[in-house]
Amino acid sequence: MKVNRLTACGNWVLDRFPLTKLWNDHMAHYYAPKNFNFWYFFGSLALLVLVNQLLTGILLTMNYKPDAKLAFDSVEYIMRDVNWGWLIRYMHSTGASAFFIVIYLHMFRGIIYGSYKQPRELIWIFGMLIFLCLMAEAFMGYLLPWGQMSYWGAQVIISLFSAIPFVGDDLSLWVRGDYVVSDATLNRFFAFHVISVPLVLVLLIFLHIVALHEVGSNNPDGIEIKKYKGKNGIPLDGIPFHPYYTVKDIVGVAVFLIFFAAVIFYMPEMGGFFLEADNFIPADPLKTPEHIAPLWYFTPFYAILRAVPDKFAGVIAMFGSIAVLFVLPWLDRSPVKSIRYRGGIFKKALFFFVISFFALGYLGTQPATPTLTIFARVFTLIYFGFFLLMPIYTRWEKPKPVPKRLTKSFSMEGFVPEVKSVIEEMTIEDKGFVLFGSSEFKRKPNPEGIRNVLFRLAKKIKTSLE
Amino acid sequence: MSDEGVDESKRQFLTSALTVVGAIGSGYLAVPLLAQMQPSVKAMAAGAPVEVDLSKMEAGQLLRVAWRGKPVWILNRTPAALETLKTMDKVLSDPQSNDSIQPASSKNSYRSIKPEIFVAIGLCTHLGCSPTFRPELAPHDLGADWKGGFFCPCHGSRFDLAGRVYSGVPAPTNLEIPPHRYINDNLLIIGDEGNGGAA
Repeated sequence: MKVNRLTACGNWVLDRFPLTKLWNDHMAHYYAPKNFNFWYFFGSLALLVLVNQLLTGILLTMNYKPDAKLAFDSVEYIMRDVNWGWLIRYMHSTGASAFFIVIYLHMFRGIIYGSYKQPRELIWIFGMLIFLCLMAEAFMGYLLPWGQMSYWGAQVIISLFSAIPFVGDDLSLWVRGDYVVSDATLNRFFAFHVISVPLVLVLLIFLHIVALHEVGSNNPDGIEIKKYKGKNGIPLDGIPFHPYYTVKDIVGVAVFLIFFAAVIFYMPEMGGFFLEADNFIPADPLKTPEHIAPLWYFTPFYAILRAVPDKFAGVIAMFGSIAVLFVLPWLDRSPVKSIRYRGGIFKKALFFFVISFFALGYLGTQPATPTLTIFARVFTLIYFGFFLLMPIYTRWEKPKPVPKRLTKSFSMEGFVPEVKSVIEEMTIEDKGFVLFGSSEFKRKPNPEGIRNVLFRLAKKIKTSLE
Repeated sequence: MSDEGVDESKRQFLTSALTVVGAIGSGYLAVPLLAQMQPSVKAMAAGAPVEVDLSKMEAGQLLRVAWRGKPVWILNRTPAALETLKTMDKVLSDPQSNDSIQPASSKNSYRSIKPEIFVAIGLCTHLGCSPTFRPELAPHDLGADWKGGFFCPCHGSRFDLAGRVYSGVPAPTNLEIPPHRYINDNLLIIGDEGNGGAA
């Protein structure tokens, strides 16, 4: 009787809303390639972090005061007096950095497996718009605590607009709503951070996923699984997203949460990378801190800005470094998607690009001394070279033959013994101590074994670059 | 509904007319929505002039006051400092202040009304950080040629003690000098040039 009534209730909804169809289209009958590896965790992790940010963000607004006189103290009030306020604030501030870590890895996945290439250009464009929104969201959110870094960071970034000829000064005045960063600026940034940008962000993520589910997911082999379908019209190399990948993603979530919780509880400031020391000093419009640097996720672009000695050209270079990512699908002329089958030139170019991205990220945190500025210029050239020379070098490269069907699936079962054997090679048996009753802790590092493993790794990288 | 005898051109006209009217209407609606983000009347009124008493200033001292929310520096330069200003021309990008913002009364080699009292807005013309006052000669971090001036910690721009920008740094122009005038020897007004209204 009870079950029947519940079923009737369910049917009442289903007659009026296509719940089953939505579920099937996007979960139970969405066929994803069977060979996803760990790089494919970061899409769903980004969604998880988004939910974390929305949830903790709403809770923070309940005690935060967007007023230049009250903002700094209200954040301290959240940290000290609100029940669990410190946890919610650290979840939000750590979540911001985690969002960028996850998104950068997600974008890197797209680059190595050619996920931006035909027919997924639009997914990439939506993704880049999400990235832009995220940067705006993070930047405006960072003003809200109204510390010294909040204030002067906003002052510098808003002044970027004033470099635009003719309309620049009026534009930055309009953005600030005052002649300097002030209460008016704080108030509107709060409105943008809490309402406008999140709405746009959620809409763009919706479009990103709709576009993805229209063309289907790419995979580490860069092969279109839709080309080979069984008699039932289902791709032979595809498996339903639910339950296969929903369950797999839970593993990714668990691992992610371990790191996330470790940061929140043990190093929420991450040595000044997630929350800067100067931001624990209230904003002082008359005094700039000795050394100002943006948070780590903006430093590569900030280093590019500083590398150019001209104000307007510097701003153009900084925005250009992001704009160039938008046209990536059309810069890459290689017929092959995945790095597994691409020639050595692309691998080498990508290698230098990754190094320059990290180097710029480091340089952006450092004061601009003449030597470091020269380094920043070199790495800026490499950064742009990777993209702007891509139409040339991707035409030169000789791709390997691409198989018609997916090659091997990533398997955790195969991975564990591999890791274990490497650990065993790098350590030797020792009397040692017994921790948690495990023999693994009886071993001590073996320099020769470590050297062998590193040599093998270097050799492997070298041959794969050929 | 039948499609017979439909006057396509009338339909097209109505569609176009509605589009145009709608676009104009949206344009008008956009004006107040966008303009409300401009500085409010109150924010503009906060630009009222500021009075500063200079009677207690010592030689070499820097005073910071807020005008329109911006830091304004008042620096009492020593005769030695004024001497060094004459030797700076070759390292500066705009020694005559031709491309920089200052009231006419301050467009001279000292960039001030009285030679020793230097008044400037303490915001770098690059991206608006407030440079640090570095009066010492040849400190280790700024090099042996440093003759005293202002150094912006954000992006490394350098200015001399008259707020003139060095060449080869990101800042494009000299530090801005606000409109100001003296009521008497020791009383300075910032934000007013005394020629009929606040600038």
